[in-house]
Amino acid sequence: MQAHYGYKDGSGDYFIIIDTDNCDGCGKCVKACPYEVLELVDNEFDIEGGSMATVTEQHRKKIKYSCAPCKPVSGERKLPCVLACETKAITHSW
Amino acid sequence: MSERSSEFWRWREYRHTQPNMDWNQAKIVTAGIDIGSVGSKAAIILDGQLYAYSVMRTGGVSEETAFKVMNWALEGTGLKTENLHQVVGTGYGRVNIPFANKTITEIACHARGAHYIYGPSVRTVLDIGGQDCKAIRCDNKGKVMSFLMNDKCAAGTGRGLEVFSDLIRIPIEEVGKVSLNVTEEPPPVSNTCVIFAKAESVALLRQGWPKEKVAAAYHLAMVDRIIDLLTKVGIEKDFVITGGVAKNIGIATRLETNLGIKPLEPELDPILAGAIGAALFANALYEKQLGLR
Repeated sequence: MQAHYGYKDGSGDYFIIIDTDNCDGCGKCVKACPYEVLELVDNEFDIEGGSMATVTEQHRKKIKYSCAPCKPVSGERKLPCVLACETKAITHSW
Repeated sequence: MSERSSEFWRWREYRHTQPNMDWNQAKIVTAGIDIGSVGSKAAIILDGQLYAYSVMRTGGVSEETAFKVMNWALEGTGLKTENLHQVVGTGYGRVNIPFANKTITEIACHARGAHYIYGPSVRTVLDIGGQDCKAIRCDNKGKVMSFLMNDKCAAGTGRGLEVFSDLIRIPIEEVGKVSLNVTEEPPPVSNTCVIFAKAESVALLRQGWPKEKVAAAYHLAMVDRIIDLLTKVGIEKDFVITGGVAKNIGIATRLETNLGIKPLEPELDPILAGAIGAALFANALYEKQLGLR
């Protein structure tokens, strides 16, 4: 499942997209994020349970600002959370 | 003389038991409780078939509401909480349901519930609740494939409509119909914030716009905002709307006009989708415990 966390406002789209089928709940992205945007939670989408990465409640409504320091200014630059994820479960809308 | 105060925002609270069903015959009896930000719903399911349900406003204490809404659904059926094999909680208040065996997000529950209410052809579910709006894509089993949630502001939600119906003094259950009473759609009001939307509506009323036209402008703003969400996850047929606002004809009609896709007509109250989904998850959970799946 593609879980979109974030919002769209007048200045653009700000979403972190986590593929919960690929996320194995290892928590490496949580450690890699310098601004504590990500956390591990129980998977409440199915009765199977398990843990998965998610964007914290606190950051969901302001990721435009929370994630800004990691955004590439020019050229291509991989983000720490995307680099840390071995299963390639994290993508961004920017 | 001041006008006598009325509660235009208030919607009908009710319960229902399906006739011709007997819980004594059922192998598995499960319940789903959906404690939403504005409304609370409970559904009881016998072997995967809907048996009884109740819908009421969420009170100040979600635990109390959870007990109330559950007992109301059980009322008159002879069933007791002890008879329920499994209870799953969902909605914003899901962490505050003391008797729930498990909690599951309302996103998964709405997809599952919509699958039950509208059938397996459902691919896009739009849940417009009391304080947020979710666009969900699901597969033919009601499993969530992709979702997007907008809870940044109450504009474009049920609570926003409550505030608006109170402002123009038209009961919430009629405001959608009234908003269609215009020959031409006016420009929409602001859709970034409930307070701004209300303030703009007040300004339009003071300029002498008729209530119908202001209602149309307000509904249009909601629809614009909802379409933003839907286009982000992508719309695929069949498209359905769940949650309390699904009953608003003004929203449903405008979505149909602006998207070019007609939402399916529900046979059951679509506000129940979350609770039904939760009860179905409870059913699956119990079957799993029994080793049936």
